[in-house]
Amino acid sequence: MIRVQTEDFDIGTEVKKLTEGRTDIGAVVTFSGLVRNTDDGALASMELEHYPGMTEKELARIEAEANERWPLQASLVIHRVGKLAPGDNIVLVVTASAHRQAAFESASFLMDYLKTRAPFWKNEDKGGETNWVDARESDGEAAAKWEV
Amino acid sequence: MKLLYFAWVKQKAGVAEEDVTLPGEVRDVSGVISWLKTRGEGYELAFADLSVIRCAVNQEHGDFSTPIAGASEIAFFPPVTGG
Repeated sequence: MIRVQTEDFDIGTEVKKLTEGRTDIGAVVTFSGLVRNTDDGALASMELEHYPGMTEKELARIEAEANERWPLQASLVIHRVGKLAPGDNIVLVVTASAHRQAAFESASFLMDYLKTRAPFWKNEDKGGETNWVDARESDGEAAAKWEV
Repeated sequence: MKLLYFAWVKQKAGVAEEDVTLPGEVRDVSGVISWLKTRGEGYELAFADLSVIRCAVNQEHGDFSTPIAGASEIAFFPPVTGG
């Protein structure tokens, strides 16, 4: 399942919704990403821009790919957009499988692919001065390791 | 043809979205970029460094050689920074 939303999310609630009433899930892995302050501590807020339509399609493609590669019982990707403050949640990935390895690996894969393929852009606001965050080379390398 | 721009590409081009009629000889994404650069300083600025320009044709990642025949939507943006 894919959600792009301005609202916050609650990890416990989301995991409960995904696993409630099911007895075939033995492992749940969650990853959540938060807005980290810049090294100079000057970040006032961060605006998350996205490409409506393509973002949802791309996230769905990435999720489908994870489900092809690993035997997952359930998966969820939530990404927030709009104005966020340091410490706020940005992204949540939940993967559920019979055994832990598929859940760990697929959660890592989902994040690596999301970081390099899902059309989101971060714009930092340091009290009037705004700056588009540059992509990191290490994110591309992290995604490339999943290529077969 | 709908053209979309995001993040600093949008800011430099000075437009978020526009409907354009491309000249008949434009066949791929690089052709679209060359044509855009003739349309004004903003586009020239936005597309000055193509190493940091990414594109999508019909909401799927493409590259500069992606054909645009039959496409209804082309988007230009910097490398993504979500997550």
